[in-house]
Amino acid sequence: MRVLLPLPVVLPLLGAALSMLFARRPTVQRLLSVSVLAGLLAGAVALLVAVDRDGTQVVQLGAWAAPAGISLVADRLSALLLVVSAAVLLAVLVYAVGQGVADGRRTGPLAVFHPCYLVLAAGIAMAFLTGDLFNLFVAFEVMLIASYVLLTLGGSRPAVRAGMTYVVTSLLASVLLVTVIGLVYAATGTVNMADAAVRLQDVPDGVRTALALTMLVVFGIKAAIFPLFMWLPDSYPTAPAPVTAVFAGLLTKVGVYAVIRTQTLLFPGIEVVADVLLVIGALTMVVGILGAVVQDDVKRVLSFTIVSHIGYMLLGLGLFSSAGLAGAVLYTVHHIVVQTTLFLVAGLMERREGTSSMARSGGLQHVAPLLAVLYLVPALSLAGIPPLSGFVAKVGLFQAGLADGGVLAVSAVVAGTLTSLLTLYAVGRVWTQVFWGPVAAVVADADTEDAVDVGVARTPRLMTGAAVAAVAGMLAITVVAGPLYGLAARAADDVVDPSVYTTAVLGEEVAP
Amino acid sequence: MTGNLVLALLIGVLYTVGTYLLLQRTLTRIVIGLALLGHGANLLLLQAGGAAGAVPFIGKTAGAVGEGTADPLPQAMVLTAIVITFGVSAFLLALAYRSWVLTQEDEVQDDVEDRRVARLFAQEEERREAEALARQARMADYDDDVERGAP
Repeated sequence: MRVLLPLPVVLPLLGAALSMLFARRPTVQRLLSVSVLAGLLAGAVALLVAVDRDGTQVVQLGAWAAPAGISLVADRLSALLLVVSAAVLLAVLVYAVGQGVADGRRTGPLAVFHPCYLVLAAGIAMAFLTGDLFNLFVAFEVMLIASYVLLTLGGSRPAVRAGMTYVVTSLLASVLLVTVIGLVYAATGTVNMADAAVRLQDVPDGVRTALALTMLVVFGIKAAIFPLFMWLPDSYPTAPAPVTAVFAGLLTKVGVYAVIRTQTLLFPGIEVVADVLLVIGALTMVVGILGAVVQDDVKRVLSFTIVSHIGYMLLGLGLFSSAGLAGAVLYTVHHIVVQTTLFLVAGLMERREGTSSMARSGGLQHVAPLLAVLYLVPALSLAGIPPLSGFVAKVGLFQAGLADGGVLAVSAVVAGTLTSLLTLYAVGRVWTQVFWGPVAAVVADADTEDAVDVGVARTPRLMTGAAVAAVAGMLAITVVAGPLYGLAARAADDVVDPSVYTTAVLGEEVAP
Repeated sequence: MTGNLVLALLIGVLYTVGTYLLLQRTLTRIVIGLALLGHGANLLLLQAGGAAGAVPFIGKTAGAVGEGTADPLPQAMVLTAIVITFGVSAFLLALAYRSWVLTQEDEVQDDVEDRRVARLFAQEEERREAEALARQARMADYDDDVERGAP
């Protein structure tokens, strides 16, 4: 049992080190990465089962007792997100392997891809599992450094331009994170989250509010919330399709997880923060989706929908109720899967059309009917059409919002409904322009990374297979929606009451 | 907790200068600005550990960080942060150099989409100006007509 906690961090890191040794043996690298991530998924599932049965699990690294040492903590929220992330990482890896096999070495330095991808997986797992603020910073850095390399793979002009924006923004957020950790340390004398949660209760309200809002800004940049999202639609679309898919699904959600964890554990019950979260959530939804409806590039439309739908999770968090957080958790799970799927399919579409510009595409449903189905199902789910997973998640959130009954909560629910309709319009625009109409001639797009084989080569079975698996996974969320909502509700119950977390980490006698 | 005023002022200056440099359009200045901001944050962490001058903790006393001993944790955290900043700065410099190789200029490149929108906007402005000119011309014609007493 205890070995399961460090495993999701250690396994990918060891895999990355081994992968570097086999830099010249692509087949070995592929097998290694796939087996490591399969192991990660299995470990994460086992961890989730154990945590759901026995409650929050804690391991003190190096056997240093809690406030002094670094704790790894898995509660239901982090274990659930870890399972979903591992599944998504594996699906995208299979897709990337399919693309790599088809394109050969021409698309860039493939040898770097696998180690970086595994380091990214380790960083994500560490961010979910850590119980220490400074270690959370380290986890973010591990994840971000891998993502810098993945985003600028090949070093082409658009990749470098977009990479610059991304790196500078992330670095600024990191500096702010160090700053706020320093401030928390100055206020409490600890960076252990559970210990800080206990000690922050004695800190004056003004200081607590200031710390909570600074931390919201820091993780808000990572999670791309309004008005801190400008870097995202600019940088994500230029990366190769699998990289964009995994960034879109996971990186912003790690930010959302950090927002949920810090706000509920460290700063519970500050009314200003709850109001700010509801207002910002509503603005994120509306502004993001308004950005999506005017774009011409499919990947940019999808990037803006990421921003927009982060707002739903903030809405659920802003309610600070068990039902609201359960909705937010379910929405996060749904959104990780659906957004990754959409980007995988967008990659396939770009391959067939030679461009991701809507104006230059058309009639894809005649050429690739399977692709049309693969796009339509997650797109409708994103918009929240019943009975798909987006509908289930939105119902949970809206019910919680209406049950809250406050003016801000109800306004945020109205904004959410409006955003749903506009999302339907945005994804519908892609559908009518790319899939309907006369068949457009395939012209290779000069400024795309994987333009070499676009349109000309057949789409490899492995890529389509990975996309089909992702869509099937999304449909599975609908099928198991009942038990999944039950799990999300139990996770939310743990999160709403900080003493569950602090007791698990510090033991009975220290916690209040 | 007692602090060090000079250190506090220095942190303030580093944050100010770093922020100013970060707002520039030249990539090298942005890199330097981020480095300064990083130094400021590291010093802030150090400052959070309390006043300097206390003895390092000796032996295995109960409650390692007690009264009168220096807090060892901020130093450890600052070291970690320095190493991370160092690595990322190296990557950022490489990226800035690559950008210079590709574009021959040391400036932040515009977002392509922003440029497209800006172009659309400029076209719209031009169209409006042309329309306004045409309207003025028409008005002038009309005024002339009125002056000449035409129906």
